[in-house]
Amino acid sequence: MTEITLEMVRQRAQADARTYGYYLNPDPKFLQSLLEGLKRNEERYGYPSCPCRLASGNFDVDRDIICPCDYRDPDVAEYGACYCALYVRKDLHEGKTEVKPVPERRPLEKQSKAYSAATVTPEAKPVPTKEEAKPSGIKPKLWYCKQCGYVVFRDEPPYTCPVCKAKKEMFSEIKTRIDFTG
Amino acid sequence: MQFSKVSGQKRQHKVVLYALSTCAWCKMTKQFLKDNDVEYDYIDVDLCEEEDKQKIREHIQSKGGPLSYPTTIVDDNVLITGLRKDKLREALGL
Repeated sequence: MTEITLEMVRQRAQADARTYGYYLNPDPKFLQSLLEGLKRNEERYGYPSCPCRLASGNFDVDRDIICPCDYRDPDVAEYGACYCALYVRKDLHEGKTEVKPVPERRPLEKQSKAYSAATVTPEAKPVPTKEEAKPSGIKPKLWYCKQCGYVVFRDEPPYTCPVCKAKKEMFSEIKTRIDFTG
Repeated sequence: MQFSKVSGQKRQHKVVLYALSTCAWCKMTKQFLKDNDVEYDYIDVDLCEEEDKQKIREHIQSKGGPLSYPTTIVDDNVLITGLRKDKLREALGL
């Protein structure tokens, strides 16, 4: 297995920030600390789970907190930074707004699984029914970028279009309908 | 459960810090307490055994806190989630 270097982790984060219109934390010491945490998690779990959340070490359980986590977009939109503050909005990057702690958005039932890893073996995991699949009540939808046509399936449209950099407002929902005839 | 003690001159409060070894906010909280010369005990929850993780979870939830790190508990009474310098100063009389 190739060795994970801090530079690799940094470049990945930078590239992802660029793609999605975010910025990295402006405090060099804080940023370094976050990148070291991500590196450590990738080394011990095999994936870079959020350095500021307790992971279970089980990929299926931790999937939503693998950086960039599922909660980054709503957190940056609401607080200007993601939960660990690796990704921030432009005004926070420029120091115009202070970076403050962000409350945890991840549902408690998901967090709880990190404390009892023994109970979440794949065999024991019940198959979620259609209604249970998304306990948050938000259902992923299809969104398309009105500027370039990029299509994505997720809860909310992205902060910026990863292809043409159009703003979130340029996204529209694609309503699908399936008819059964005959 | 194996807590690590960080010595300081200010010992009038019992300060327990639940942290993660990889968390930048936790690191800053440790530094904040050290800079203010506050004596405290901390434990990195991600490095704990399953049994201890359960106990920590129960302790945090019994104080009404979310399972978020850093969690600072002052005198087993006041729970502060995250690096909230204002709240820490108030609880510790800094």
